Amino acid sequence: MTDQQPSIGSTVALAKPELDGLLADLRRGGFRTVGPRARDEGIVYAEIESLADLPRGIQTAQKPASYRMTQTGQNRCFDFIPGSQSWKQFLFPPRTELFTARKESGKWKLDENIEEQPRYAFIGVRACELAAIEIQDRVFMRPDFTDPVYRARRAGLFILAVNCTHPNDTCFCTSMGTGPAHKAGYDLCLTELDEVFLVQVGSELGRSLLAKRTFDLPSAFVQKNAADALESAARSITRTLDTDGLPELLMDSLESGRWAEIGKRCLSCANCTLVCPTCFCWDATDLPDLTGKTARRERVWDSCFNLQYSYMAGGNTRPTIRSRYRQWLTHKLSTWKDQFGVPGCVGCGRCITWCPASIDLTEEIPALRAEVKK
Amino acid sequence: MAAAPKPKVAVYKFSSCDGCQLSILNLEDELLDLAGAVDIAYFLEATRTEKPGPYDVGIVEGSVSTPHEAERIKQIRENVRILVSLGTCATAGGIQALRNFVKASDLAEQVYAHPEFLHYLDTSTPLSEHVAVDLEVWGCPVSKKTVVEVLTALVQGRRPNFPPSPVCLECKRNGTVCVAVAQGIPCMGPVVHGGCGAICPANGRGCYGCFGPSGAANITSLVNINQSLERFAGESALLIRNFSGYAPAFRKAADEAARLARKEEAK
Repeated sequence: MTDQQPSIGSTVALAKPELDGLLADLRRGGFRTVGPRARDEGIVYAEIESLADLPRGIQTAQKPASYRMTQTGQNRCFDFIPGSQSWKQFLFPPRTELFTARKESGKWKLDENIEEQPRYAFIGVRACELAAIEIQDRVFMRPDFTDPVYRARRAGLFILAVNCTHPNDTCFCTSMGTGPAHKAGYDLCLTELDEVFLVQVGSELGRSLLAKRTFDLPSAFVQKNAADALESAARSITRTLDTDGLPELLMDSLESGRWAEIGKRCLSCANCTLVCPTCFCWDATDLPDLTGKTARRERVWDSCFNLQYSYMAGGNTRPTIRSRYRQWLTHKLSTWKDQFGVPGCVGCGRCITWCPASIDLTEEIPALRAEVKK
Repeated sequence: MAAAPKPKVAVYKFSSCDGCQLSILNLEDELLDLAGAVDIAYFLEATRTEKPGPYDVGIVEGSVSTPHEAERIKQIRENVRILVSLGTCATAGGIQALRNFVKASDLAEQVYAHPEFLHYLDTSTPLSEHVAVDLEVWGCPVSKKTVVEVLTALVQGRRPNFPPSPVCLECKRNGTVCVAVAQGIPCMGPVVHGGCGAICPANGRGCYGCFGPSGAANITSLVNINQSLERFAGESALLIRNFSGYAPAFRKAADEAARLARKEEAK
């Protein structure tokens, strides 16, 4: 224990049970603390209240179309790699009621859904996931257009980040320059060791919360252990995506025969887009009631893989699976950059793991590259 | 100005379990609004009152599986302006269309002591094989939400909104962990029309496909995937030949799978 106060940018060692007090303080401060929980053979993000709710001892193994959890019995809370859910479900919810229209004395009246947005504390955000949130910031909080729901939730957000020490086979954050260790953008960032969390302070709110806890200055031994764990994590990531000239490569490959090959395997089931932490397609539907006097407008997650998504007057602009997959991948890795200044991929590997057909963009890109070289 | 007359609605039952008609009766919260919006002119499961046709809307549950039904559907078509097939029996022949893949008389002999008293057709077929159908509503049974949307749309004279997107979309919106990827359970979800709320995967089961093929279904690819996940030989073929097995897209894929299996056996 030390009398010293933590400062922004400093690192302290926190005994694991101290995290409970931190979560309790966050909840007292009006935050809804959401984090990883083991459920239905996967990791989901849901309300958590204490360390006991975390997937203690769970490690994961991922490969194309497969996610498996094992219990190691170790006293570690963040050894898994996240599942199909991502934090976008809180900032950009799958279903949002936008407004209710009511017909009163022959005239329509709109009640906008301006209810107060919940204030979230995300517990256990990985570096690739934080990069994804920053990409969605560019989508939903543009100078010319800001989504009110996203902006309110994002402004109130507290981020407790976690550095990855056990990456899985489908991870390729090192290629995208997003992980496995955090650089910035968090309030607090944990590196988990067997006995303690090493905590880096990233914001004033993080600092003030940490100041209420009992902590130590980290010993050189603990610091070396953490550095070794992060270095070995980075080294263990063997999957790569060569991003050199990638946007141009995709634009040069629009007529490649490879798209038709993928189209034979692709189910057009939309899973890749729904698990992607940066994909943001949505649909707005009106739900009038039987009396015809009220109608609710709801925004729901949609996907460029759905037929009706590209349906316009006169027909569907992307009627084949080939054309829809091409749209997704070229947007994600090429035109996304034109639109938002960065590519839409963070290397989390969700689209590889959760594709029932095992389609792997880190295989498809080299195949396209090989064709262009010919 | 007099109020516009309420549309006259008739609900009919063919070969079915009554579950889809019950989905209408189960609209507890909406039933009063429904009674206010339409004139239920013929619906024997709900009321013995029968008002004579013609009707604005005819909602038919069930498949055509007897000679009598084959005649009756033609008469109904003559008597209604808009004909709606309600549920997977009416849209694809239903679970009783399993008979279409074998010899129906063999089944009858196994089940009934006196099959000679039965009057049945060799196949159980969707209404659309007999008459022109204006709207097909899938589901076994149809979901409450879909029924409300269809009835509301009919009353308001607009196209009902049920996009042909797959069950996977509903699983992901619900936050359900994929049973195929996380547990290796064969699942029809990627090729099946959503609308059910993805109930089966939420309860640890693969999708059984009762809402029929989705708009963009790549069934051939899913058959390959499900074959690799089979927990017993032939499981993936049985999954396609299930509640919606007689839907043309599923029928074609099942025939193809069977052909490949025979080819594999011959090797």
